[in-house]
Amino acid sequence: MQLIDNKKANKNKVNVAQLLTVATCTLLGTTAQAEEQKPWEFDTALMYYGETDRVTASEFILAATKEFEDEHILNLKVTVDVLTGASANGAVPQTEVQTFTRPSGNGSFQTPAKETPLDDTFHDTRVQLNAQWTQPIAKDYRVSGGVHLSKEYDYLSLGLNGNIAHDFNLKNTTLSAGFAYTNDTISPEGGIPIAFEQMLPPVDEIGGGLNRDGSDEDKTTIDLLFGLTQVISRQTIMQFNYSYSQVDGYQTDPFKVVSVVDDNGIAQQQLYENRPDTREKNSIYWQTKYHFLSDSIIDFSYRYFWDDWDITSHTVDARYRLPLGNHYIEPHIRFYTQEAANFYQPFQKGGSALPEYMSADYRVGKMDGITVGVKYGIPMKDNTELSFRLEFFQQSSKSNGDELPGVLNELDLYPSVDAIIAQVNYSF
Amino acid sequence: MKKYKQAVILISLVALTSACSSLGVQPWERDLLAKDEMALNSSPIDASLDDHIYFSKESSSGGRGFAGGGCGCN
Repeated sequence: MQLIDNKKANKNKVNVAQLLTVATCTLLGTTAQAEEQKPWEFDTALMYYGETDRVTASEFILAATKEFEDEHILNLKVTVDVLTGASANGAVPQTEVQTFTRPSGNGSFQTPAKETPLDDTFHDTRVQLNAQWTQPIAKDYRVSGGVHLSKEYDYLSLGLNGNIAHDFNLKNTTLSAGFAYTNDTISPEGGIPIAFEQMLPPVDEIGGGLNRDGSDEDKTTIDLLFGLTQVISRQTIMQFNYSYSQVDGYQTDPFKVVSVVDDNGIAQQQLYENRPDTREKNSIYWQTKYHFLSDSIIDFSYRYFWDDWDITSHTVDARYRLPLGNHYIEPHIRFYTQEAANFYQPFQKGGSALPEYMSADYRVGKMDGITVGVKYGIPMKDNTELSFRLEFFQQSSKSNGDELPGVLNELDLYPSVDAIIAQVNYSF
Repeated sequence: MKKYKQAVILISLVALTSACSSLGVQPWERDLLAKDEMALNSSPIDASLDDHIYFSKESSSGGRGFAGGGCGCN
């Protein structure tokens, strides 16, 4: 009975509140909707990513956000991507046609003379689910917690995260601290290759034995993120982050090999790569947004990254949003430069002792990257928006100073990768 | 070198935090900052797509958010 009475009382309260809201809004000439429960908001995006002669990926995102009373916010996100195409397998190009065993151990593929060996067996569909809850817990304190799951044919990633933020100085300053834990499992078709062992001909040719050991491996990642957000002036806001990441477990790429070459640069065999099973990553990040009085906005960020594999990188990103009537156009440029991991080597010289770790994966090598793009946005009524984005991305591998024997001098060991990114967003 | 870097970061953060009390605006001066497009992460979908691309193609990750694991992307 007590319960029913309370309910009744609450109902009356709500009615009064609603009446007051309607009355206030009528007086102010706004709609009552704003103060009532907010509707779900949806953000959708469809992106195409295509590299010349290599990987193409299509990715779809549907994100739904609901703001409940008192700034309690639920965010749900589904990501689906489909990946096909070819990826460099780490082997050096040669002046003759080369034959490689597919990662599954079933069948082989050939690389034409003078071309970078690309493994064209990639075809994967990935589904990722994210859920995040954010709410205030005390005056000027906000917490957030979330989970994620990402599944593809040979990979599973499960993670959770938590974050606390504290506003002070008239909410001009926010300090935040976050924690994330991720567990990843990889189960490549054909099993886990044994490090430094030779890539053997396919199963159907030699009747088994592929230098594989076990069917899956895993790794865990712990992330810590500390942030400071500061309002500088009416037109300027800045953010400073420090993040630390500790990765333990299998970080070798089971699809990558290193070519063993003789004094003439001729490949003798392909050995499976091997990376350390621990990695500590750090980064500092600084972002500034400045609102010009002409209504355009500049968004600038810089990141310095370093880890205990001796990889360091600088990333500079700038976006400039210019209003065009009710629409806007936003040019974007991004520069990236990276130093190689201490175990990166484009090949292994025959007869010399094997190192403890080695990888010829260009992604842990020295490289530069540049992205140039533009976004065009069309804000529409009822807070909906349609936007289009088109970007060009170029990655240029660089020599780490390795001396090339024989025929390798005539071949391109450090090719560049060109990609196009096309995207449509619709928010409603 | 690593310890040195960490010390520099810590000192910078403390210095920045203490300098912050004299920075900022009054609540009625937030007209521009309150705009959606002035939010630090005003396009979270673009950001997550970009993070996925660069996480797959480069050796660095994180900074703006968690570096994380997440996919076996090639």
